[in-house]
Amino acid sequence: MPSVSMTINGKQVAGEVEERTLLVDFIREDQRLTGTHVGCDTSQCGACVIHVNGEAVKACTMLAVQANNSEITTIEGLANGDDLHPMQEAFRDNHGLQCGFCTPGMIMSAVALAKRNSAPSEAEVRHYLEGNLCRCTGYHNIVKSVMAGARAMT
Amino acid sequence: MYNFKYQVASSAEDATSKINASDEGKLLAGGMTLLPTMKQRLAMPSDLIDLSGASLTGITASEKTVSIGAMTTHDTVANSKEVSTAIPALAKLAGGIGDPAVRNRGTIGGSIANNDPAADYPAAVLGLGATVITNRRSISGDDFFKGMFETALEEDEVIVKVDFPTPLTASYVKFPNPASRYAIVGVFVAKTISGVRVAVTGAGACVFRATEMEAALTKDFSPAALNDSSISEDGLNADIHASAEYRAHLVGVMARRAVAACE
Ligand SMILES: Cc1cc2nc3c(=O)[nH]c(=O)nc-3n(C[C@H](O)[C@H](O)[C@H](O)COP(=O)(O)OP(=O)(O)OC[C@H]3O[C@@H](n4cnc5c(N)ncnc54)[C@H](O)[C@@H]3O)c2cc1C
Ligand code: FES
Ligand code: FES
Repeated sequence: MPSVSMTINGKQVAGEVEERTLLVDFIREDQRLTGTHVGCDTSQCGACVIHVNGEAVKACTMLAVQANNSEITTIEGLANGDDLHPMQEAFRDNHGLQCGFCTPGMIMSAVALAKRNSAPSEAEVRHYLEGNLCRCTGYHNIVKSVMAGARAMT
Repeated sequence: MYNFKYQVASSAEDATSKINASDEGKLLAGGMTLLPTMKQRLAMPSDLIDLSGASLTGITASEKTVSIGAMTTHDTVANSKEVSTAIPALAKLAGGIGDPAVRNRGTIGGSIANNDPAADYPAAVLGLGATVITNRRSISGDDFFKGMFETALEEDEVIVKVDFPTPLTASYVKFPNPASRYAIVGVFVAKTISGVRVAVTGAGACVFRATEMEAALTKDFSPAALNDSSISEDGLNADIHASAEYRAHLVGVMARRAVAACE
């Protein structure tokens, strides 16, 4: 089996994987980082979004072997100890989640947006979140959270 | 997903020899189409030959041509100064594909090699009269797309880049599927030094040119010139999203909007 090594949330990790192992399975099953979710098998829901070399990527649509030698951030890597990341804080303050299943992907996408655009408009937030589906909230408070979180990140 | 052997190609030539040495190998670009297909077990290649190390990325622009490497992502094209300056319609098209995470991985080479009937890039390649450069030959856009998921490519042929001639003016307008953003109908209109071109995606089994509309726009390049030309619904796609009749109607609406959006 091929061996892979990568940095996840600042920590160097390595392992042996089958070629077909999806990156999201390597993260959840091998690394036991279960904050990254799997909500579909059609690459459409965005619950699995993580950052690979700083860019938002669907971890369910990338092979672990493709991520060899890359730098990965998952939802677990955002907070600083007990202090939530400003985007996490904004979701809490603005009631940006109900069941929370979509939230890790929403927040990882939102942080990627905020890095490109520190003051996104409501339309820009809605456009950027096109690949993240939520079954609960109706999106309204998610959009509010992302706008507040982006401001708080600057 | 069935298992396979994973190999990284160091160049387009290396990819071709690895494909030929494999049983039923397939090239892997962004994986945004191939991996979901393999997850559904609709494809089961013996080998995946990853092109990410084959030096096929990059954009160069000269006065007459914008050249985009096969492994260039949709996001890179959407945010490229060169592309936005020379062919803004192309940057806009790339920025409207799927969602940000798809655009961060999906590539132009993968999109046109796949030739999904509802994909966006085929409309730009045909609409601008682009040339597809492989590691073997140059294929004109008019000869590249052969049918549903079918192209002129050989099994072991690798797209290296796509050369887009700079048009006088161009525009792309699509009616996106609200879930996937694929085109239910998308129309690319370009006015070039060699004439007007209108390419339609999403409506039929494969991207096609609307020659009657091209003729009408050659006489008078205005939205109103298209009021009398209609597309026959015969042979157009019909599914839960749109009937053939509705798609035929949308072709006219998208084409008029595209012409109106041209400078
Ligand atoms: C949720 C979602 C939404 C999407 N929405 C849209 C949309 O709105 N519009 C749209 O147009 N597309 C859409 N796509 C498809 C997306 O654009 C894909 O990126 C694209 O179709 C395939 O590119 P890829 O680089 O991912 O190729 P891959 O999936 O890696 O490969 C696709 C095929 O092309 C072949 N191939 C790849 N590169 C080469 C090459 N250089 N030479 C020869 N053959 C090659 C592969 O062997 C494979 O058969 C969407 C995809 C997803 C998952
Ligand atoms: S799990 Fe749904 S997009 Fe990745
Ligand atoms: S909060 Fe339940 S899916 Fe989004």
